[in-house]
Amino acid sequence: MASTIRVRATSNGDITEVQALVQHPMDSGFVKDAKGEIIPPHFIQQLTFEYDGKAVFVADWGAAVSKDPYVKFSFKGGKKGDDLKIGWVDNKGATDTTTAKIQ
Amino acid sequence: MIMRVAISFVSAALALAALAAPPAIAADTPNPAADATAFQKFFTNKFPKLKPEDFVNGPYSMNEDLHRQWEEKEQFPPYEFALETGKEMFATPFKNGKTYGDCFPDKGIGIRQNYPYFDDKEGKVITLELALNRCREANGEPPFSYVKDEMASLTAYMAFTSRGKPFDIKIPDDPRALEAYQKGKEYFYTRRGQLNFSCATCHVQAPGERIRAEILAPALGILNAMPIYRSEWSGMGTISRRFTTCNSQIRGVPLSPQDEEYRDLEYYLSYVSNGLPISGPGARP
Amino acid sequence: MSMIRKSMPSGHDTMGGNRFSLATNAERVCAEIMLKIKSSTMRNLIAAGLIACTTPACAASEADFKTAYAAAEAAEKEAGALRNQWTTTEAMLTAAKKAAEASQFDQAVASSKEAEALAKASIFQATSEKQRWKDLEIR
Repeated sequence: MASTIRVRATSNGDITEVQALVQHPMDSGFVKDAKGEIIPPHFIQQLTFEYDGKAVFVADWGAAVSKDPYVKFSFKGGKKGDDLKIGWVDNKGATDTTTAKIQ
Repeated sequence: MIMRVAISFVSAALALAALAAPPAIAADTPNPAADATAFQKFFTNKFPKLKPEDFVNGPYSMNEDLHRQWEEKEQFPPYEFALETGKEMFATPFKNGKTYGDCFPDKGIGIRQNYPYFDDKEGKVITLELALNRCREANGEPPFSYVKDEMASLTAYMAFTSRGKPFDIKIPDDPRALEAYQKGKEYFYTRRGQLNFSCATCHVQAPGERIRAEILAPALGILNAMPIYRSEWSGMGTISRRFTTCNSQIRGVPLSPQDEEYRDLEYYLSYVSNGLPISGPGARP
Repeated sequence: MSMIRKSMPSGHDTMGGNRFSLATNAERVCAEIMLKIKSSTMRNLIAAGLIACTTPACAASEADFKTAYAAAEAAEKEAGALRNQWTTTEAMLTAAKKAAEASQFDQAVASSKEAEALAKASIFQATSEKQRWKDLEIR
């Protein structure tokens, strides 16, 4: 099964720029379906990016983040060819992780 | 003397008859080529700083700030998931072992810019969405909804294989094709819905302007980026989805997807954008 | 007649047409159809929106509702044949039916008559647009 996380990390020597697109319904729990029933909340609660064993970006999310969230950030350091580890946990306890090489 | 009167009477009658007779070239005979030239000229005159191919980016070419945000987003576009799904779907054989590629010329790769086309056997306009469902039904598979994700994913992939290729819609020398073109044109300019809007009201009279918070796209090149991931929908949308939702937004009861009016409309809009590159799948606010 | 409002795009209209706002468009179509409705009673009813009858003498009956609703449905069907129905007409028909189901026949009749007017306006729109679309055409 394909990962839900698409990531691209590029380093210019000093700074690594990271873009990630995560496939997730991010249901807020406030929306009703066609029958008029509430679609239960189902969203990522934490998204973590790790480099060299340390968290370089942690997002604590809730109902306000929309479907298929896109994240872009930069961090100091990060060398070409090194690994960047990404993982998320949602409110149902589901998780997904992936590892990408910094380009 | 009687002869002279008779002659002058006859010439007067002829003159009157000439006035009453329809002109040699009826004003109503459609001239698609002239229409397309006028159409493209209208928009390039209205936005002289834009190159013709910029028009396929819709609102992003109408507003600098939007353009900047869009350029960033295109590095990691929201339609990627649909595109990947579409590629997988396209390659997966039907239960009978055949594939989508078997229904199309060139195995269905790089052909999106030729749709819609006028089928002279059936005497109607065939769009890509219609062709895909017909392919499914011909191979014993149930058709997809025209407004949901499966059709969007398939058309996203097919558009992607044609990226950069210019729209190349043909109108054969067939009065039925001309009629379909003309009907599509008429639909485009006809006001409908309780809000009394035509497609032209927004996309010809007010491109680059705002309707509530949205910036309007120009009609030129408006189908080139389809299907689109629309942030407003949090998902993909086909041409069928856009036509039907546009109708309901102006308080008009939408017709059924792929009804004749919509197919003719797509025919017209695609033809007048001939020469502009396919940029789909796209992303929109 | 110019109906250019400040909030809409202004300036030279290369199309040679008028710029319409949402409201003036709808108003203009409604105004034209109202002129065509000969009965002043109908016009008053429509102009006043939903009129509830307060005396027993003019209370609407179920039969009144059925007549009014049938007329509205027939008009909406005609609009359907012209491929130009409005969502608001459909909503008004639904509202009329709902009121009738709750035995609120005054309301049901008023809603039916409004639905009929909306349907007739959509018919007028479809018919007049057969020629008027050319005004917007890029040439």
